[in-house]
Amino acid sequence: MTDASVTPTAAPKPNTSLHQTDARTRKRNAAEKRFKAYGIAAILVGVTFLVILAVSIIRSGLPAFTQTVISVPFTLTQEQFDDAESQLFKTKAYSGHFNSALVETLKAEGLEVSADAKAFERILGKTGGTLREFYAENPDKLGQEVDFELSASSRVDGYMNGRVTRENMEDSRFLEKADLDTVDALIEVGIIKEAFNWNFITGADSGVDNPGGAGIGASVVGSFFMMLVVLFLSLPIGVAASIYLEEFAPQNKFTDLIEVNISNLAAVPSIVFGILGLAVFIQFMHLPQSAPLVGGLVLTLMTLPTIIISTRASLKAVPPSIRDAALGVGASKMQAVFHHVLPLAMPGILTGTIIGLAQALGETAPLLLIGMVGFVARGYPDGFIAGFTEPNSAMPAQIYTWAARADVGFYEKAWGGIIILLLFLLTMNILAVILRRRFERRW
Amino acid sequence: MIAAASIAILTTIGIVLSLVFNTVEFFRLYNAWDFFFGVEWAPSFSGRGGASELGVLPLLWGTLYISIVALAVAIPIGLFSAIYLSEYASPRVRAIAKPALEVLAGIPTIVYGLFALLTVGPLLVSVFGEGGYLGVDWQGGGRAVLTAGIVMGMMLIPFVSSLSDDIINAVPQAMRDGSYGLGATQSETIRQVVLPAALPGIVGAILLAASRAIGETMIVVLGAGAAARLSLNPFEAMTTVTAKIVSQLTGDSDFASPEALVAFALGMTLFVLTLGLNVIALYIVRKYREQYD
Amino acid sequence: MYDQPNLESTVSQNDIKISADKVQVYYGENHAIKDVSVEIEDKTVTAFIGPSGCGKSTFLRTLNRMNDTIDICRVEGNINLDGEDIYDPKVDPVQLRAKVGMVFQKPNPFPKSIYDNIAYGPRIHGLASSKAELDEIVEKSLRRGAIWEEVKDRLHAPGTGLSGGQQQRLCIARAIATEPEVLLMDEPCSALDPIATAQVEELIDELRSRYSVVIVTHSMQQAARVSQKTAFFHLGNLVEYDDTSKIFTNPTDERTESYITGRIG
Repeated sequence: MTDASVTPTAAPKPNTSLHQTDARTRKRNAAEKRFKAYGIAAILVGVTFLVILAVSIIRSGLPAFTQTVISVPFTLTQEQFDDAESQLFKTKAYSGHFNSALVETLKAEGLEVSADAKAFERILGKTGGTLREFYAENPDKLGQEVDFELSASSRVDGYMNGRVTRENMEDSRFLEKADLDTVDALIEVGIIKEAFNWNFITGADSGVDNPGGAGIGASVVGSFFMMLVVLFLSLPIGVAASIYLEEFAPQNKFTDLIEVNISNLAAVPSIVFGILGLAVFIQFMHLPQSAPLVGGLVLTLMTLPTIIISTRASLKAVPPSIRDAALGVGASKMQAVFHHVLPLAMPGILTGTIIGLAQALGETAPLLLIGMVGFVARGYPDGFIAGFTEPNSAMPAQIYTWAARADVGFYEKAWGGIIILLLFLLTMNILAVILRRRFERRW
Repeated sequence: MIAAASIAILTTIGIVLSLVFNTVEFFRLYNAWDFFFGVEWAPSFSGRGGASELGVLPLLWGTLYISIVALAVAIPIGLFSAIYLSEYASPRVRAIAKPALEVLAGIPTIVYGLFALLTVGPLLVSVFGEGGYLGVDWQGGGRAVLTAGIVMGMMLIPFVSSLSDDIINAVPQAMRDGSYGLGATQSETIRQVVLPAALPGIVGAILLAASRAIGETMIVVLGAGAAARLSLNPFEAMTTVTAKIVSQLTGDSDFASPEALVAFALGMTLFVLTLGLNVIALYIVRKYREQYD
Repeated sequence: MYDQPNLESTVSQNDIKISADKVQVYYGENHAIKDVSVEIEDKTVTAFIGPSGCGKSTFLRTLNRMNDTIDICRVEGNINLDGEDIYDPKVDPVQLRAKVGMVFQKPNPFPKSIYDNIAYGPRIHGLASSKAELDEIVEKSLRRGAIWEEVKDRLHAPGTGLSGGQQQRLCIARAIATEPEVLLMDEPCSALDPIATAQVEELIDELRSRYSVVIVTHSMQQAARVSQKTAFFHLGNLVEYDDTSKIFTNPTDERTESYITGRIG
């Protein structure tokens, strides 16, 4: 067996003591330490990214939830009302009454303010319209004192948030440096203050020049309708497809093709699904543009592979003994699957579905192509059914719209929108984790 | 149930048909040679007349360049994280760090896009821009290859790390023992035994990340810019195939014009590219598996 | 092949290579090795036998500190290699393992070429200063591993492509390449067929001329065939340690006798 040519003498080796670390080992140990340090550094960099991301979202997004309001007790008499209604520029007359009342209030507080109507408009925005609307709806309030909370102009809001300062601002038709003195005075007496911005959560998008009035509410509703479509299509289709592939499908070319297809679809870029939606649903089937129905259909196609993959995994996790037991007492294959296997796999299926929905909720690119951007929803859909086909936006698309606008005031709204979006995603993921913990079964 | 299972195939057919049909339509209006080999991207706005230059090369270059920057960020960070988590980390560190990195994968891309546009872009300008900390004037605006690349790299870290982590964990302990038994240190074992054994899986993970990078849309739409150019400067704004698909299809242009139809040809290019990458990834993985089985 | 205990080889007396004194090993709460003292001779094949879970593999792994890689494992007592305590804090296990090589139960060639598998140890320990020297070490190790003739024409083919018996001889050659003084073998033939086992056993007998070999085995016939000294472990205790011929013909302890005659195990 052994080669005879091997010389029997072992190579002489330096007789080293184990108790002394030689130079080479020291070098190797140093390399070991360095290598380990790279690993720690990599993880720290990754976690740092996450922290920076979280900090910038929270720091930039929180101001979206507050707004600067001017709160003034104001009384409009019947005469003033009649007088204003008789004029050509009615809203201007209302503003005039309001401004002089404001000046009186300040005088009572011992503050002299030199501000003209234009200056007030720069600070308060156009108040007249709001006032007129209020009294038209509530004529009984005439002659009574009413506490108004009017939102300040977006520049003043920026001043309150620190976005606009005396140093970085330039006089413009939107705001002049002198106005800031008035604002300071108003802050001092508590007329200008910060309030929670309910409109941001419940309202609809505003025009391109009014970042202060923009709200995400309408697009939350749009997203909700889309998710309904996704849920009611992808869950039954996904589960049916998985049951077929996992329990009934024969091993042949056709099922092979389906399997390869599903794994490939999971890797197709989302924008390609957008192109599909545009070409098939809008160009070919003439479904309405910008509608949650179309968005939901596109997202359904995207979510299906995710749901099928996770459903099959949970079906696989149900041990064959359960099937055998059901078949053994005389159940048909169909009964065995639907009465015994499916209920046991349900928690896993639901977890997968929630995660799939969460992915779909944050998806933006395909929505851009089917027209769910750059669109200002005027009011909410009239009915539940109309909600699916009436043009609307969706949360991520709305965020994109804001980010793409020129007025920097919208950036804050975009960050705020992200906070809302992430809250939804967080809730869904926590739900999935709870579901998994609750029903986790070890076979 | 068979019908439900077939939806996957119908979707693929739908994608292919809608791409092919419109792409053919596009090539009827625009020379295919000029599309694939044109170095100029200058669509004229529809209705104003004038011929458009619709060469795909500058867009492909932008896509490739940004993806390379992204992978240059994601591969070292993702791989070293995976190595540390699977070979060194105590169970407690692992229980915290692994989910923390995976959160990065669950964040919607629109968030990364906004982060690129409003945080990373201005930050890079304050370092590399005029009057920045380095005193150089390399970067003119926040939108640049580097901006989009870094942010996309962030997004890809968990793709590389969690896949590699699984793969490294799957390397049999016997392999490590063999190396330790010969007196190798832990890092020598990892570099010379564990990583070569895990290589096919890691290559697969990287190719999947690359395919993700090429198909990513929101980060480049918001972070990379709109100017199509063939340049090597990472501080310049460039654009990608996906960003142009968005801009060509979201305008008011008429669907029958070459300016709109080109988006389908771009989509086709993208589809073929990512599909090809996935197929190659699977092929490499299988070949290596055969070798070491 | 030897079917009888090789009585003639027990006559010579060798130096003590490893001496273990009152060694205890704990896995968390579990006391796996209890108070084991043993002296292992140089240029001798020592077999550890005993029923499954008796601690023989665990004890083997304490001899080159392979147990260090398991977090919950704790070792007490003294183990000296050439009179030096291997659990001394000054000892780098990396240097120790270069002197005390190990071969495992399942052949575990690295996913590299045959050449690189052998060259791995010499490379990390810096044993060769040139390519020619490395080539020489590889050839010498493969010859000593009794596998040179079979692989010399395909040194750059993957080591994983060899048969099970060839893989195990490759792993032995790989362990030899770092010039160890002691070779630990943990059931090296349990995954091999009878022909491959015979080849590896023959190789072990040849290795005795240069190294101190410690082999853990399930098979009493194997212990009888290849070893000069045998240690019988039972439930974490070292029951009996003596010349192989003595253990198999005239054991002192009745547990040893029961095991050898097949009543326990």
